[in-house]
Amino acid sequence: MGTGGQNSNRAEITLVTGVIGADTHIVGNRILSMALEEAGFKVVALGALTPADEFIKAAIETAADGIMVSSLYGQGELDCRGFRDMCVEAGLQDILLYIGGNLVVGKQDWAEVEARYRDLGFDRAFPNATRTEDVVAVLDEDFAARRQG
Amino acid sequence: MTTALLIDFGSTFTKLRAVDLEKASIIGAGQGPSTVTTDVTEGLTAALGDLEAHIGGLPDFKHRLACSSAAGGLKMVTVGLVRELTAEAARQAALGAGAKLTGAFSYGLTAGDIVEVEAHAPDIILLAGGTDGGNADVILENAAKLAKSAVACPIVVAGNREAADEAARLLRSADKPVTITENVMPEFGELNVEPARAAIRDVFIDRIVHAKGIDRAAEMFDAVLMPTPAAVLDGAKLLSEGTKEKSGLGPLLVIDVGGATTDVHSVCLGEPTMEGVIAHGLPEPYLKRTVEGDLGMRHNAAAIVEAAGLEAVAEEAGVPLERAGEILETVTGDVERLPEDEDETRFDRALARAAVDAAVTRHAGSLSIVQTVSGPVSMQTGKDLSAVETVIGTGGVLAHGGGAHAVLSAALADAAQPQNLKPKTPKLLLDSDYVLYACGLLAAVDVDAALTFGLAHMHPVDED
Repeated sequence: MGTGGQNSNRAEITLVTGVIGADTHIVGNRILSMALEEAGFKVVALGALTPADEFIKAAIETAADGIMVSSLYGQGELDCRGFRDMCVEAGLQDILLYIGGNLVVGKQDWAEVEARYRDLGFDRAFPNATRTEDVVAVLDEDFAARRQG
Repeated sequence: MTTALLIDFGSTFTKLRAVDLEKASIIGAGQGPSTVTTDVTEGLTAALGDLEAHIGGLPDFKHRLACSSAAGGLKMVTVGLVRELTAEAARQAALGAGAKLTGAFSYGLTAGDIVEVEAHAPDIILLAGGTDGGNADVILENAAKLAKSAVACPIVVAGNREAADEAARLLRSADKPVTITENVMPEFGELNVEPARAAIRDVFIDRIVHAKGIDRAAEMFDAVLMPTPAAVLDGAKLLSEGTKEKSGLGPLLVIDVGGATTDVHSVCLGEPTMEGVIAHGLPEPYLKRTVEGDLGMRHNAAAIVEAAGLEAVAEEAGVPLERAGEILETVTGDVERLPEDEDETRFDRALARAAVDAAVTRHAGSLSIVQTVSGPVSMQTGKDLSAVETVIGTGGVLAHGGGAHAVLSAALADAAQPQNLKPKTPKLLLDSDYVLYACGLLAAVDVDAALTFGLAHMHPVDED
């Protein structure tokens, strides 16, 4: 059943999750994947150590609506170079792209970090320790906006 | 005496094995030419005559079962979506069903692809694409394109279940024979090849046997159950797993070195055996068959030599380089040739070693080291065969060529290449009487007799 009563469309939404690059930090991504499933989304969890192209291949095969990339080791910008372009190349130009985690090394101004990831083609970027409820709320918002728009 | 007759309609010979089911032992063997292209009954009659001459009078067989690799084998084309995902799953399903893959396509079929499929004239097409509830567009597009094509063969649909009915409707509206079965990849990363394999086998029995003219001899046997490679795989599975009554050999590998290809069958999960190793990529089929189309003792001798290097093959064989070059030319030009002198025998053995080494290396998984911030991590792609307990050699070169130990030991792990997950310390056995196919066929009617009979004919290979 899940707790997705508020948004009956969640069951029709497929999200691909995974930790990008040579990054083994699986815990946060697993918590997110479980929370998304609990909220009623269909989740395709790729786990740790996932190369960029595997997110895209999984999204093609499962006709995913969104890709949720985790990056915890500070190399996210390198790993995600051209991510949106690869999606466009694969015919996934409309897919929703989120990224979250420790997206940069050291302390940097979040607004700047977010802007950099938006430049890479991500619709949303989330700092470390974002609560899963907040992610679910933003997903609902973004998918609702798409349905209207 | 209760007896069974096991027939292999091969591409060159029609082979027979007669088995006493009570004693679970072989009574005799017979061989005739392959006459599928003219009249299959001629070859079978000749083979029965040969068997009769060996055993003196034919018993009244309780079972007469056949497999076939004649008339080009079961030629298949597979179609999936992403190359590494549903297209790979479809390929695995077809190979496991004993097919000879003539084409494996991914993503949307182009006009050129359709021309290619038509040119291949496959016996069956396996159409996959999309996980259940996943992508539906591509399988429907591909179905529409196949519907419009000149392809007339049966099509097995094993893709996204939400799109399967519509795909079948598109194909049926163009009079293509269609079978729908479960998706080869129902969930992302979940391999489900058994239903597709079973569907392919059914189509083979219902339609292909007739299309190839094998049923002209229908009153001489009960059924053609499967393509020969599927019978070998079934035999391997039985020998590995055993029955309720009798235990089997455990995880095993079968290597069939042929004139045109080298086939490797594995019966094992192939999960990582070393601690800290992370499995990566698509899960592997428990029953896995790979066909190396570029590793054959005759048709592809030149390709083996090219991969291994002529110097290496000549040195391994212990013949001068120039002589090795001559022999290579001779055997490539005369694909039926059996070794005629000591040099040719040794050359063949070196060639077979190179083929076994390459084929098992490709069949086996491999380890790669990924550097992460928390240190290096070993990632495994493919099956870890290091714990395989038995390696069985089959096929003409191994059975007749001698030196089976030297050839089969090329399947073993090499300490210098620890990244290749080949078997470490298996027993080496030889199917010297060519009974694996018969064991697989017999398993369909009497598993206990099939197991006892199969085990009795796998001979330990001594060091040469």
